[in-house]
Amino acid sequence: MKRELTCIICPIGCSLEVKIDNGEVKSVKGNTCPRGKKYAETECIAPMRTVTTTMKCDDGSVVPVKTDSPIPKEKVFELMKIINNSVTHLPISVGDVIIENVFGCNIVATKNM
Amino acid sequence: MTDLVIIGGGPAGMSAAIAAYESGIRDILILERDSRLGGILGQCIHNGFGLHRFGEELTGPEYAWRYEEKVRAMNIPFKLGTMVLDINENKVITATNEDDGIFQIEAKAIILAMGCRERSKGALNIAGTRPAGIYSAGTAQKFVNIEGYMPGKNVVILGSGDIGLIMARRMTLEGAKVHAVCELMPYSGGLARNIEQCLNDFGIPLKLSHTVVEIHGKERLEGVTIAKVDENRRPIAETREYIPCDTLLLSVGLIPENELSKSAGVALDRVTSGAIVDQDRQTNIEGVYACGNVLHVHDLVDYVSEEAEIAGKSAAAYIKGEKCDAVSVDIKTDGRIRYTVPQKITQDKDISVYFRVSDVFRNVTVAVYKNGEKVFSKKRPKVAPGEMESIKLSKNIFAGASELEFRLEQN
Repeated sequence: MKRELTCIICPIGCSLEVKIDNGEVKSVKGNTCPRGKKYAETECIAPMRTVTTTMKCDDGSVVPVKTDSPIPKEKVFELMKIINNSVTHLPISVGDVIIENVFGCNIVATKNM
Repeated sequence: MTDLVIIGGGPAGMSAAIAAYESGIRDILILERDSRLGGILGQCIHNGFGLHRFGEELTGPEYAWRYEEKVRAMNIPFKLGTMVLDINENKVITATNEDDGIFQIEAKAIILAMGCRERSKGALNIAGTRPAGIYSAGTAQKFVNIEGYMPGKNVVILGSGDIGLIMARRMTLEGAKVHAVCELMPYSGGLARNIEQCLNDFGIPLKLSHTVVEIHGKERLEGVTIAKVDENRRPIAETREYIPCDTLLLSVGLIPENELSKSAGVALDRVTSGAIVDQDRQTNIEGVYACGNVLHVHDLVDYVSEEAEIAGKSAAAYIKGEKCDAVSVDIKTDGRIRYTVPQKITQDKDISVYFRVSDVFRNVTVAVYKNGEKVFSKKRPKVAPGEMESIKLSKNIFAGASELEFRLEQN
């Protein structure tokens, strides 16, 4: 089976052509760097996404947060629910862990507030 | 008299300040209109910033913080909540804020780093009523990411610039339904990766060669009529389609914010809407520099920082009275290459030239001609209007020339 992808790793956005047999990636064409090959392999087997969003703070404002590593793509909306049901305390600094170990990542603040 | 005044404390202003400081200038002042440094990056909470600069994917606030940390560590003075009202041809800046009232500063050098603003609804002339619920994508981004409010639940986005694409994903994550992204042109102005991860990931249709032809609703937006356009970008009546929605986001382009530049007498380029600059990013006024989105709209902040460093270093050299031998070379383009920055070369040194093309072209060569003779060429498999290109030119390439022409040739 052939699959066409656009690499999302960097702004170049290479067009990738992936050959898949029996759920295994056989070859990747069109990538200009090794990260593109790796992206194509995970994207075809178990796609992952970094999530960036905001979380409520105890003073009523919102702080931008992100997952410190990508999570399985199908868990993105579940994670959004968890984050939107949480409130964090201020002050907070860039890199502070707000929620630990959820879908294999930590939720960290991306702004000083 | 202040050595260097920088107008704007976003990524361009901060990078320029740091570069000037590192070149030995200490008497620097950054004037910033907002209540914090960082500019628009503060509301760009998505990741993808800094891959070139730092080799890692940062969010906007994180990228801004890397620079703000340096500005603070260097003790470079800045005034927040400060609006510059006027710059005159003698480099006297008039500004105002709550603490100082209206005040004037005379500068030896000025760096313009005011950024850009979004093209607004008024510039589009869409027929219909004028209800609530129509926002520029950046305004919606500020509501959601800074204020924590959702502007609506059922969304149509006009324009497929990166901010529109990013907001399609952002609104979807927060529970809104984005029904379509309409793009007038047959191609998207946004990055391919953003179409993939912001639209395709969520099954949001990208309707190329489509536009919004009518707005419905009296108090609040109730829907829009979209239609396909022909090759002359005129709507085709039979393709009209009504989409109920309460929110229309516009991501239809950015315009460099050059009112202050004009008041100072800075000459502007009709294509970029930014200043005409030389390799140092110096404008037609000696000692006045421009960088970042006020000079031309960038797709990557990494390039903004790079450009601002050139302006910062050059302003420092100007203040210290250092310069190379003078030359005078104008850079012309063939139209397929829409513009270059810089537009002219005034000093005899190696330079980088950044440029944008007018359409999507495949298998092309970027060629530079001097007096009708090809003196430089670089092959590119694909170029697109949304992606800035650059080439390095060593000074021997333009030696003795008064003009260089940039052409895009089919292989």
